[in-house]
Amino acid sequence: MTAPELQALWLSLQVAGVATLATLPVALLLALALARGRWPGKPLLEALVNLPLVLPPVVIGYALLLAFGRQGPLGRWLNEVFGITFVFSFRGAVLAAAVMALPLMVRALRQALEAVDRGLEDAARTLGASRLDAFFSVTLPLAAPGLLSGAVLGYAASLGEFGATITFVSNVPGQTQTLPLAIYSALQSADGEAAALRLVACSVALAFAALALAHWGSRRVARLMGTNAA
Amino acid sequence: MSLTVDVQVMRGAATVTARLEVPPRGITALIGRSGAGKSTVLQAAAGLLKPTAGCVALDGATLFDATSGIDLPPQQRRLGVVFQDGRLFPHRSVRGNLLYGARRAPAGAESGPGFDEVVALLGLAPLLARRPFQLSGGERQRVALGRALLARPRALLMDEPLASLDPPRRHELLGYLAELPSRLDLPILYVTHQMDEVMRLADRVVLMADGAVAARGGALELLSDLTLGPLVGRFEAGGVLAGVVTEQLEAWQLSVVTVAGQCITVPRIAAPVGRAVRLRIRARDVALQREVLASSASNQLAGTVLRVLDREPPYAAVELGLTPAAAAGERLWALVTQRSVQSLSVAPGQPMVASFKAVAVEGRAAAVRTETHDTA
Repeated sequence: MTAPELQALWLSLQVAGVATLATLPVALLLALALARGRWPGKPLLEALVNLPLVLPPVVIGYALLLAFGRQGPLGRWLNEVFGITFVFSFRGAVLAAAVMALPLMVRALRQALEAVDRGLEDAARTLGASRLDAFFSVTLPLAAPGLLSGAVLGYAASLGEFGATITFVSNVPGQTQTLPLAIYSALQSADGEAAALRLVACSVALAFAALALAHWGSRRVARLMGTNAA
Repeated sequence: MSLTVDVQVMRGAATVTARLEVPPRGITALIGRSGAGKSTVLQAAAGLLKPTAGCVALDGATLFDATSGIDLPPQQRRLGVVFQDGRLFPHRSVRGNLLYGARRAPAGAESGPGFDEVVALLGLAPLLARRPFQLSGGERQRVALGRALLARPRALLMDEPLASLDPPRRHELLGYLAELPSRLDLPILYVTHQMDEVMRLADRVVLMADGAVAARGGALELLSDLTLGPLVGRFEAGGVLAGVVTEQLEAWQLSVVTVAGQCITVPRIAAPVGRAVRLRIRARDVALQREVLASSASNQLAGTVLRVLDREPPYAAVELGLTPAAAAGERLWALVTQRSVQSLSVAPGQPMVASFKAVAVEGRAAAVRTETHDTA
């Protein structure tokens, strides 16, 4: 593999990793809000979270550009107050990947949280645990397999993100050119087919590695819980 | 310390209303058919359901009061709850489950039984390293009980803790539960709809029907009250005798029990001589006669007719007192025909002999109970 290809691979891992880690707590809060209780804005929030799933990624990328671009309301404010910019930068690539991965992660986490018996939390509370304590000592550990698969799903989605990234932060080698974008660029050049194939093989290997990790992780967790005792 | 529950709880479209007092010693059984609202009352006391009106207090300290808006969360009420399904934490070992509440108990909490004591009392030592999925149903409930006790509760609430167990496991756990009142100085509320559990465990009984308290009283009085028959549903109407095991006829597999100075023979009761027991005899197994006769119905108890109740024809129920005082545990019901009442001229005040076969006192009926409180 050539240096630019390795760079694209390394950048992809970084973008996906940071996007996943940054999204996880947000996704957890959203999943909790959606899994528990009834409140007025719930259907609206649910629709908003799921928008990236149903809209073309290019539309999301463009929306991000409108909001977080230099002239966008959020982008200008962030730039003026914190000096943070997104356009053509690593940060922007992470944001695009995070937004696209969010609905998948929220979905997985929500299912995991809903699968935990609420009665266990009740039991924890009669044993002296506060609501928060019961969540962290009972519900979250029991939802851990779902948390793990949600994270893997988010990571995989971030790795594969293309449309929103290229629309929002373009295709800058070393900044925003992740694996899919590098494959696209290679295919655009006259003699890039060999490079494209190498990158494709690389993506496939990454995907398998992620799946294997997820499988191993959930097996371990399941053994710990005794959920696959049979 | 006694627990007072006086609540009104909405459950779907129905309202459950109950006022009950759980005294500081002994077991108070909250009984009634399924759907009568028993569990709702227990959950309201524990703080897991919010009543629409009323109050919950422990020894004068308010845990819930609708009018003043006090509503302590469950973790501050510190009432130990044993659920029907155990609710052990699947991701923790038995030891981890047992210590969950113990670690969260306030440092200044009244001293209760310690870890080793609870482990010994409930026979948990061989289970400590196991995970909940490796436990049998009975073991699971023992751990759940131990976990609740170790949280230093100020009262113990049990919600049909034996309902999900098969008969041998139920029997095993009943033994552990029967030991509790003598070891714990706590109000214990025990929700059940099983007659044998009430017989074996209860000191006092609160009967619920259709979302309200229908009757309350001492276990012996209430269990012998035939008029409550329709309310208790599956409980088969009958009387409960309180007696003492006076002889074990090992060769015959029979036990002799003295009730109000008279001896009766029953299928073997696994209890030492001198142990107080309760015997339940269904009204339809009891026959009436004028005097003691030689018969295969070897149990004949002489007494005085207390009252005669006409049931739906052709039946009549006759209550017999075995002593002039006819205290609770010294009364017996006989279900006879109205024609027999007339031909024997059965009337209150008349001496009469009740007879029943030894085999009529068996199985569920021959529940054993240590009378920890009545004798203490």
